[in-house]
Formats: sequence, C-alpha cells, structure tokens
Amino acid sequence: MNTRQFTRGMRVGVPIFLGYLAVSFTLGITAKNAGLSAFQATLTSLLVNASAGQYAAFTLMAAQGGYLEMALLTLVTNARYLLMSCSLSQKLSPQTRLWQRCTVGFAVTDEMFGMAIAERQDLSPFYYFGMMTVAMPGWALGTFLGTSVGNILPASAVSALSVGLYGMFLAVVIPASRKSKVILGVVAVSMGASFLLSVLPLFAQMAEGTRLIILTIVISAGAAALFPVKEEKEEASHGA
Amino acid sequence: MEHNVYLYILVVAGVTYLIRVLPLTLIRREIKNTFLRSFLYYVPYVTLAAMTFPAILHATDSIWSGLAALVVGVIVAWFSGNLFLVAASGCLIVFLVELLL
Repeated sequence: MNTRQFTRGMRVGVPIFLGYLAVSFTLGITAKNAGLSAFQATLTSLLVNASAGQYAAFTLMAAQGGYLEMALLTLVTNARYLLMSCSLSQKLSPQTRLWQRCTVGFAVTDEMFGMAIAERQDLSPFYYFGMMTVAMPGWALGTFLGTSVGNILPASAVSALSVGLYGMFLAVVIPASRKSKVILGVVAVSMGASFLLSVLPLFAQMAEGTRLIILTIVISAGAAALFPVKEEKEEASHGA
Repeated sequence: MEHNVYLYILVVAGVTYLIRVLPLTLIRREIKNTFLRSFLYYVPYVTLAAMTFPAILHATDSIWSGLAALVVGVIVAWFSGNLFLVAASGCLIVFLVELLL
C-alpha cells in the first residue's frame, strides 16, 4: 500500500467527483424516464461507470431490446475503453500485480484515464485507487439523486456544472500541446475532424461512440506513421 | 416477453468490464514496436480532444456559453495545468454568460 500515491489520487478525485455528480444527475433523470427505480439506476452506475454507454443502455431497456442487442450496443458505445486500456497498459509498470490490474480495469473512464495519462512517470495503481475511491461514489450518488429527487437543482446550476468534465479534458491536452508542436497539431486536427464528422451526412447519423473510435484509430495511426515516438515515455513532455 | 432489468444490468456491466480489463491484463510487457507504441501514445490526446469538441458546445443550455467555456478553458489550461482551476473557470463562465443571455 502506497499511502502517498493514494492520497494524491484522492485529491485529484475531488474535481472528478463534482463533475460526475452533475453529469450522472442528468443520467439519473434518463434512467427514471426509462422506467428504472432509483436502486436499479444506482446499481447500474456502480457497476458500469460509463456515461454514453449507460445512456444507450437505458434507452434500449425502455425499448425492451433483446439481451444480445444490449451486449452489442454496449460493445459499440464503450469500445473506446478498449483503446484507453491498451494505452493504460503501457503506463503501468510491468511489475503491477494482477489484482491491481483487475481493480484499475473496473473504472477506466474518460476522466480517470485522462488523469492517469497525465502522469509523468509510471502510473502507480494506488494513485488510481485513490481517484476511484473519491470519484466513483460521485457517479453513483448523482445517479441516485437524479432518479429520486429529479429536478430539485436549478437548471442553470446543472448547465454550468456539466462543462466541468470538458474542462478537465482541456487541462490534459492543452498543457501537452504547449510543450509539443506535434501534439498541438494532433489536438487541432482531432477537434476539427470531430466537428466535421458530427455534421457530415453519413457520419452524423452514427452513434457518438462509433465516431470517436473511427477518429481515434485514423488520427492516432496517421500521427504514429508521420511522427513516430522514438524515446522512452519521457519524450512526451519534451516535445518531438 | 418482459425483460428482466437485473439481467440487462448484468449484461451491460459484464461486457463493459471485459472491454476494460482484457487489455490491462493481457498486455503485461512494454510494447517494443515503434508504430504501436506511437499509436498508443497519441490515442489519449486524440480521444480527449475529439470528445471535447464539438460536444462542449451542446453540453450547456446555450451554444454561446459552451463556446465561452471552451475559449476560457483553453486559455486557462495553456497558462496553468491546474485541473481544478480549469474545470472551475469553465463552470463559472457558463454561469455568468447564461446569466447575461
């Protein structure tokens, strides 16, 4: 047990907790509309920890879709976690134990992944556990509040809180862009392409998760072919 | 036929966990291949950037407050990498802009 890393993780978990509270609050409202009880919705959030994936699942539950259909939908909407986990596997030291890997794997979310990847050295599993301890209850609690007390929070507060998570993404990609022109280019191209796909006829109909997978694979592969990263992990912070 | 909600939840949770845990447990060593390493190195930046834009524009009640949050977020993040500061300034500007609209 590494207490120092664990407390560091807990501290980073606080803003994630607040962001989750806001986002899962609206998720809870969706679950309620889909006919789930507060208990069922909260249980889903505790076990799944995925925003878009849960939205999609609640919608399909309301439509009484088949179990296989549910499995496929989950696979598609959450497939980006597969890429994130591959990426995370390289941040963990090879000495990381199996139970530690299995625990980290329980909560590979956009936000915690973002924070983990911002680590300069190898990712300590205890840092991750610290984040999980603080952040995950926020996801469950927000869902519970959304289903049970519904619209008690003023709309303006929900609206303001819901950009918090995007702010956290920016706090990861922008400082890295400042240090490396290649990353700056990759970030700019990703945002531009993401916007294009969201308005182009054929792509706009796709689920957001699917578009994200296409973008991630194509742009990362392109960047890897044009600007291969040669040195060790530290290369990142010094720019290519 | 009425479907069981708990079975639904089990399916969603099971599939999601497998997606997340398989790469973490199966890829135990450092990948040596330069292309693959570089690919995985760029993945987070592409994913996070693509997730942020244009979604941030639709996250709030008005597209203008979302845009303001993006601009302020980028500026604050450029000069300070502080996570909480960036997130909080985004929330604050949305609140203020929507107050004015």
